Amino acid sequence: MTPRQRLWFFVIAAAGLAACYLWAFAGLPGFGNYPGPYGPAILHEVIGRTNATGVVSAVNFEYRGFDTVGEEFILFTAAAGMSVVLRRLRDEREEDSSPAAQAESREIPATSAAVRVLTLLMVGPTAVIGWWLATHAQTNPSGGFQGGVILATAFFLVYLSGEFIVFRRLRPDAVIDASEAIGAGGFAAIGVTAVAMSLPYLYNYLPLGTIPGAISSSGTIALISFLVGIEVASAFVLIIGELLDQTLLRQAAGREGSS
Amino acid sequence: MQVFPFLVVAWIVIVGLYGMITSRDLIHQVVCLIVVQSSTYVLLLGVGYVTGGVAPYFFDISPHAKAVDPVVQALALTDVVVEAAVTALLLSFAVQAYKRFGTLDPHELAEFKG
Repeated sequence: MTPRQRLWFFVIAAAGLAACYLWAFAGLPGFGNYPGPYGPAILHEVIGRTNATGVVSAVNFEYRGFDTVGEEFILFTAAAGMSVVLRRLRDEREEDSSPAAQAESREIPATSAAVRVLTLLMVGPTAVIGWWLATHAQTNPSGGFQGGVILATAFFLVYLSGEFIVFRRLRPDAVIDASEAIGAGGFAAIGVTAVAMSLPYLYNYLPLGTIPGAISSSGTIALISFLVGIEVASAFVLIIGELLDQTLLRQAAGREGSS
Repeated sequence: MQVFPFLVVAWIVIVGLYGMITSRDLIHQVVCLIVVQSSTYVLLLGVGYVTGGVAPYFFDISPHAKAVDPVVQALALTDVVVEAAVTALLLSFAVQAYKRFGTLDPHELAEFKG
């Protein structure tokens, strides 16, 4: 099929898709008139039941907790899958035909002092913000998923600053693997603990605290969110680290070739 | 104007699909898939919006304030996580395809059978 035929085929299909969309939208309740029964029901009882003021976190880690276990394991599996796909094959050589590899005489420019200082200065605050987000799911629009990604960013700021060796040392694979397992397994274990206490899976059995939205409130919601934060941070360090390794190896090979 | 957010959704899907069809680079194609998927965020948040509602966070406002639907917002979060996982895997496939065939052009890759 030539690109032109392909494009015509797409135009016809897209017109059909757009028609189906418009037909479907005609049957939706208008924007702003959502009649969904679950949202209002949860909003009505969430604070009394969980003492969490961050309702989205409460939905994720309490009402839909079982879904979120699966969601977390999707990320876990993706990180594992990437390690498998990007593993170095037995007969695979590091040489390749990319322009960057062929231009061996080309110098890799050193990271400028401004970038280095700025990124290193940002590492601390970024880590604190990530930690804060991961531990305040019960209070405000934060949670383990958001906090975990920002925690992982702190690692990659070290990479951006050009400190490859420090970066390598900061993420020993064994520690990252272990923390990912603790995050993912801990979430599932909290659920199983409830079953062991003859309660439903992921039942919120911890004390809920007295002040809605306080750090000590909301029982398992806060704890699960923190574990999710650890899991997400480790998964992202693994995922992006795997992709960066591809470049790092290439740069290391280039440097050895030029010296 | 009641359907405007939903028209935006349809537009994002079709623009993203157009990008995927005409793409000449696997990385660009993955980005186009992200565009397609981001339409679901607009759809979910658009569906769950309640006129005059605030964000469903009651730390410093009355718990009885009118709020938008928290369930679809939680679904949007799930959506983001799945997208991150899908993107990560697709990008690693792109890396492997480049290693094996020396090109990222899907048209050239289609010529390598198997």
